Amino acid sequence: MFLFKLLLKNAFRHKLRTLLTMVGLIVAISAFGLLRTIVDAWYAGVEGTSSTRLITRSAISLGYPLPVYYADRIKKIDGVTGVTWLNWFGGVYIDNRNFFARMAVDANSYFPLFPEFQISKEEQAAFMADRQGVILGRKTAQRFGWKVGDTIPLSGTIYPGNWTFNIRGIYTVKDARFDETLMLLHWSLIDESVKKRLGSLAANQVGLFMVGIKDPSKASVISQEIDTLFRNSVAETRTETEKAFQLGVVSMSKAILMAIRAVSFVVILIIMAVMANTMTMTARERLAEYATLKALGFSPGFVVKLLFGESMLIALIGGVVGIGMTFPLAKGFLLQTNNVFKVFEISQETMAFQAVAALIVGLIAAMWPAWKMSRIDIVQGLRHVA
Amino acid sequence: MTDQAAAREPVIRIEHLSKTYTRGGQPIPVLMDINLNVDRAEFVSLMGPSGSGKSTLLNLIAGIDHPTSGRILINGVDIATLGESSLADWRAANVGFIFQFYNLMPVLTAYENVELPLLLTNLSRKQRKAHVEACLAMVGLTERMDHYPNELSGGQQQRVAIARALVTDPTLIVADEPTGDLDRATGEEVLKLMDELHRDLGKTIVMVTHDPKAASRASRMIHLEKGVLVDDPGPGAH
Repeated sequence: MFLFKLLLKNAFRHKLRTLLTMVGLIVAISAFGLLRTIVDAWYAGVEGTSSTRLITRSAISLGYPLPVYYADRIKKIDGVTGVTWLNWFGGVYIDNRNFFARMAVDANSYFPLFPEFQISKEEQAAFMADRQGVILGRKTAQRFGWKVGDTIPLSGTIYPGNWTFNIRGIYTVKDARFDETLMLLHWSLIDESVKKRLGSLAANQVGLFMVGIKDPSKASVISQEIDTLFRNSVAETRTETEKAFQLGVVSMSKAILMAIRAVSFVVILIIMAVMANTMTMTARERLAEYATLKALGFSPGFVVKLLFGESMLIALIGGVVGIGMTFPLAKGFLLQTNNVFKVFEISQETMAFQAVAALIVGLIAAMWPAWKMSRIDIVQGLRHVA
Repeated sequence: MTDQAAAREPVIRIEHLSKTYTRGGQPIPVLMDINLNVDRAEFVSLMGPSGSGKSTLLNLIAGIDHPTSGRILINGVDIATLGESSLADWRAANVGFIFQFYNLMPVLTAYENVELPLLLTNLSRKQRKAHVEACLAMVGLTERMDHYPNELSGGQQQRVAIARALVTDPTLIVADEPTGDLDRATGEEVLKLMDELHRDLGKTIVMVTHDPKAASRASRMIHLEKGVLVDDPGPGAH
């Protein structure tokens, strides 16, 4: 009790110094959390994948389309439970800052393959009945204050023209790892526009196929079968699991992610050095006090506990506030980046890492001064006063 | 040993004590072959010019420094043979410290500073309170017990330090220039208080001082020069 009282009083003896150290720690811990969350957000697509879905795309690149009739041939492969397809629609809502993913999907086959998207039967039926209808993710609807029945004007980019869509439903997800920001529109609508603009030859093309499979252990075999099926055809395919596809996308940014990770650890190292410096200064100033305590009969262990306790207390307060500050910081970051991340959640794992980082900072910062002070010569220490 | 015999035995018995420091690889002798006895309830002042070794001798008697050779028996215990941990326990039980610059914990009140040495004992909170209040009353600071050191004058701080030195009822009180940082009048008050500790409570006190007037308050004045005892009237000289 006395020990706690003394270290509490010691911790706030130089209020400004303690406050500045805490501010540094808060900034470091929240920055560490934010950077980790950014990396997590990058991998969120991977986390939100299903082991029972494959993605079939052009073997050349994602930019090359595939004929829609491939769907019927893929469906016939043993072990395939369903096939759907989609195209990236693009488009701009007022200006580029209002970005959210818009995809043209085959309404009939899309939802059975994505059970994680929850939508009422009524809203789904309303969507099916309206060719200009769209289904929106809850987060996007919330972001723009849209509700069912509202219209969304979009300026086409990949598919030119001015488009107006009617919101027919809003989907939610069961798990925070899944994307809740999509806008799904009818593929048939854009296909028709292509037909009108460029003729029948340019129509009936899709960006990629999503293939449902019964047994995840057969993913590799089925992928090979699909690709073999279209070998030497007009558009050869490349099929892989949804997870492998997402990892491929992420790997394009691997160097950036590595850099972000490195920076997050550098931030912690910097604050560790700053706090170690503070604790060393503190200990040096109190040299005579520690010598007095030892002269009175207190053990070197008591001095060690005092210094570690003080350092851990500052780290604990800085850590807790730092974790708390990560939430508004993440929110602000997401707004500033135009909600480019579909899933941007501060995970429990990140918070645990932040807490551990704060405690490690507290421990390491006190290590040297505590060792040094526990070994001080009483006579030398007492002379320090004079 | 009978109680009578124990009472006759000197509290401090120093035999052939030497202390040598090493600076830059060179041995510097500070104390040479010191032999000294101090009786129970004696008030001894150690005097001498700077560098004479008086503070080193005090530190050795208090068990915060180690001799190079010789024996220091305090109440029959050769403290030169004790390890760090045993020596710390011994100091807590047997020595009260009074320093020139008071050495109070600035974040603790006068009460808490006096209570500090008692935290190393098995006394209950209630018992500690009784001891602390009695000691603070003895030094006339009952009204100031909730004050922090920076709210007290130099003289008051030294009185708190005296109460702290007294609170465990130690065998020995060591004082290193207790009036060195005080003006004459305040220093006189502190010396008067130490005189009372010696006279009324029968405490054995060893005090280092530069000030001949302060030294004259002691019952025995010992002079050191260049690490050697040059003038010691012997125990019970008063």
